[in-house]
Amino acid sequence: MPSLPTIAPEAEARAERAPHTGVFDPHIAPHGESTAAYALHLGDDALILGQRLSEWCGHAPALEIDLSLANFALDLIGQATGFLGHAAALRGEGDADRLAFHRDVLDYTNCLMVEQPNGDFGQTIARQFLFSTYQHLLYEQLAVSTDPTLAAIAAKGVKEVAYHAEVAADWVVRLGDGTPESAQRMADGIEWHWRFVDELFEPADVALVAAGIAVDPATLRRAWDARIAAVLAEARLAPPAPRRAVTGGRRGHHSEHLGHLLATMQHLPRSYPGAVW
Amino acid sequence: MKDWPLWEVFLRARGGLSHRHVGSVHAPDAELAVRHARDTYTRRSEGVSLWVVPSAQITASDPAQAGQMFEPADDKVYRHPTFYTVPDHITHI
Repeated sequence: MPSLPTIAPEAEARAERAPHTGVFDPHIAPHGESTAAYALHLGDDALILGQRLSEWCGHAPALEIDLSLANFALDLIGQATGFLGHAAALRGEGDADRLAFHRDVLDYTNCLMVEQPNGDFGQTIARQFLFSTYQHLLYEQLAVSTDPTLAAIAAKGVKEVAYHAEVAADWVVRLGDGTPESAQRMADGIEWHWRFVDELFEPADVALVAAGIAVDPATLRRAWDARIAAVLAEARLAPPAPRRAVTGGRRGHHSEHLGHLLATMQHLPRSYPGAVW
Repeated sequence: MKDWPLWEVFLRARGGLSHRHVGSVHAPDAELAVRHARDTYTRRSEGVSLWVVPSAQITASDPAQAGQMFEPADDKVYRHPTFYTVPDHITHI
């Protein structure tokens, strides 16, 4: 089995000693609102992908895959809870649940890739492979953010998303280098998502990057390209041709798919406010 | 999926203990069998190490022969090291 991607040693060290609850650090106060917006976009990415993956529950091609995808979904929703909770704490209002269940499509700032429909298993794996590889590189850097809460969430999450990326890559290779039908479905899945790749690397808030709070995604692109190319080569899949990027998710301009996803996800807390188990 | 082979899963609960059989998973190959075993049997921190073995590679004793296989040992009590007195200060025995 290929070994897991290396995790920066300082990331693991931070996971040990970092606080696991939202702590407002006065020295980031000047960036409070923009940090909240950044935490929101990180949380929205994780939340929407987690919700999407959970749609496989009970429908995956095999029981074992059902469990894997549900585990991934729970990892992501856990990360989202951390990020959204931090955003709420920085703004001094609401909580993670409030942000997850009482915002509309235009207020969501997730990237377009994570809201795309699951399609077949190949399409789901393609999205997971492209996104988790990005998220892994992102969290590695975010784990040394000057915002201790973001750093702690990322340090805990980096091991989770490293595993997601690796399992997805395993499947890309098996489907790509499998039967003619599996290879075609895998290629179609990569093709479907390729137009949403550039959005992942859209620049973050310059002031936040300068303050060491946010990661500049442009710094991740080279490593991402190399990793994707290596796995596609192993899977005997041709790299997709460059194309015009579709963007807008970070500004709330979403595809029609997100509204349907939110309707399912938000129905219960909106219909029965304050409902508890 | 129906043609995926079955793999037996062995899990080490923590360092110093031996791997114990915990169940089985379906998977197309050994690497994915480890992935599936991880996601199926270690979700609640049950272990620190996994083995998977193709179920087809396990040779089992024949239940129909259980009598001749195992019953002859039942009346050989002298094979148990119980015919001596253990001094009180000897522990872990």
